[in-house]
Amino acid sequence: MVIGVLALQGDFREHASMARFLGVEVRLVRLPEEVGLLDGLIITGGESTTMGKLMVKYGVDRAIVDRFDAGRLAIYGTCAGMIILARDIEGSQAQPHLGLLDVTVQRNAFGRQKESSEEDLEIEGLDTPLHAVFIRAPVIIRTGPSVKVLASVAQRPVYVQQGRLLASSFHPELGSDTRVHEHFLRLAEQSSNREV
Amino acid sequence: MAEIGTTKVKRGLAEMFKGGVIMDVTTVDQAKIAEEAGAVSVMALARIPADIRREGGVARAADPGLVEQIMDAVSIPVMAKVRIGHISEARILEYMGIDFIDESEVLTPADVTYHIDKWQFKIPFVCGARNLGEALRRISEGAAMIRTKGEPGTGDVSEAVTNMRAVMNEVRKVQSMLEDELVVEAKELGVNVELLREVRVLGRLPVVNFAAGGIATPADAALMMTLGADGVFVGSGIFKSSDPLPRAEAIVAATTYWEDPKVLFEVSKGLKEGMSGIDARTLVELDKMQVRDN
Repeated sequence: MVIGVLALQGDFREHASMARFLGVEVRLVRLPEEVGLLDGLIITGGESTTMGKLMVKYGVDRAIVDRFDAGRLAIYGTCAGMIILARDIEGSQAQPHLGLLDVTVQRNAFGRQKESSEEDLEIEGLDTPLHAVFIRAPVIIRTGPSVKVLASVAQRPVYVQQGRLLASSFHPELGSDTRVHEHFLRLAEQSSNREV
Repeated sequence: MAEIGTTKVKRGLAEMFKGGVIMDVTTVDQAKIAEEAGAVSVMALARIPADIRREGGVARAADPGLVEQIMDAVSIPVMAKVRIGHISEARILEYMGIDFIDESEVLTPADVTYHIDKWQFKIPFVCGARNLGEALRRISEGAAMIRTKGEPGTGDVSEAVTNMRAVMNEVRKVQSMLEDELVVEAKELGVNVELLREVRVLGRLPVVNFAAGGIATPADAALMMTLGADGVFVGSGIFKSSDPLPRAEAIVAATTYWEDPKVLFEVSKGLKEGMSGIDARTLVELDKMQVRDN
């Protein structure tokens, strides 16, 4: 199984090292031709406007959507990655994004950096809370019928799944708790098996 | 219970800047151009370093009204500079909800002895450094990010290269040190031995380290990434050039694709005139901004 980490900008080093720690082969992805071999792709935290712009300029967006539509790719987006996965971005629909996940996100929903925070978060399917770090984080303000909410803060979804798409407002890669990444690798495994 | 202003969230924002370009802007229009070009953040200031250098006088924090307008105009994080040791300029920015404060030698220092005790703030600080000792001393004072200094406002990348090489070289040296050597090295650098141990384990600074000062072309940005920078600050290099948007976009692409000569070639060709610049070797010591603190 091969996991790609989109390395256009942001904390791709942290995602790559967490995935490697879990024993999978990891490739950094910057060009469309690098998407073809992947079973899973992580879209990192960073600035969604920067990543989106580069993704379109170099054609990485088409390569990702094509492979996903072919049923060959699971995708996990954190923070900026969640924004890029979303179908709709409140007040910022014009910024480049993939539109795969049937939600509406609101950018910087908690406010500016002074509202960035960390807290223990109850997550569906996990026995104990996960320590979650939110940095100028988005939240989800609309979920489509096929979207399952796995965690919320003040009734607003911050961790969701839609089939092989996973998205979190927070950054598990900044800590040492690997449970979100493990869950994602199981989704990628399904794409990998399908290939055979 | 959610905790704000922790070391983790302060350093975490800097982690999100990696592989990106932070651009100096002096007007709302420039801030919008920077955002459009793909900047990860903008640095709001009254005068860019090239003008501070040319006009002279005391350089202070920007008008908070201007900073506020820039914060309202863009969706990306906004930084602003304060004078070294100027606690009150920093308190004003913290109150306004700025995303990052740069305690910067580009402005005229307010305190010739002490830097700000940055642990007392809920928002993160970035500080300049020319070597490992300086970087670790700033981190001890609470800096959540380091900017390896060049010589600002010159358009000459050579000083940034010298200083980035110095930092990376010292990190490599620390990596090979035995425990007893490390203790003496900590004493010589005037830093906590724990911090130095962290550098030894990580093989890099414990916070994000950008390059700054004199970066004017896409190739300059790629060079700094090659030498180990996590990202770049571009000050005068964009808005002192003849056609800022294409140059800004090219520098953003070069910072991502620094290992890819094909992309570097494509984004570098046909850019209009860059900033004219000053050969850093012609500056006398008194004119150098990078030596204003240590």
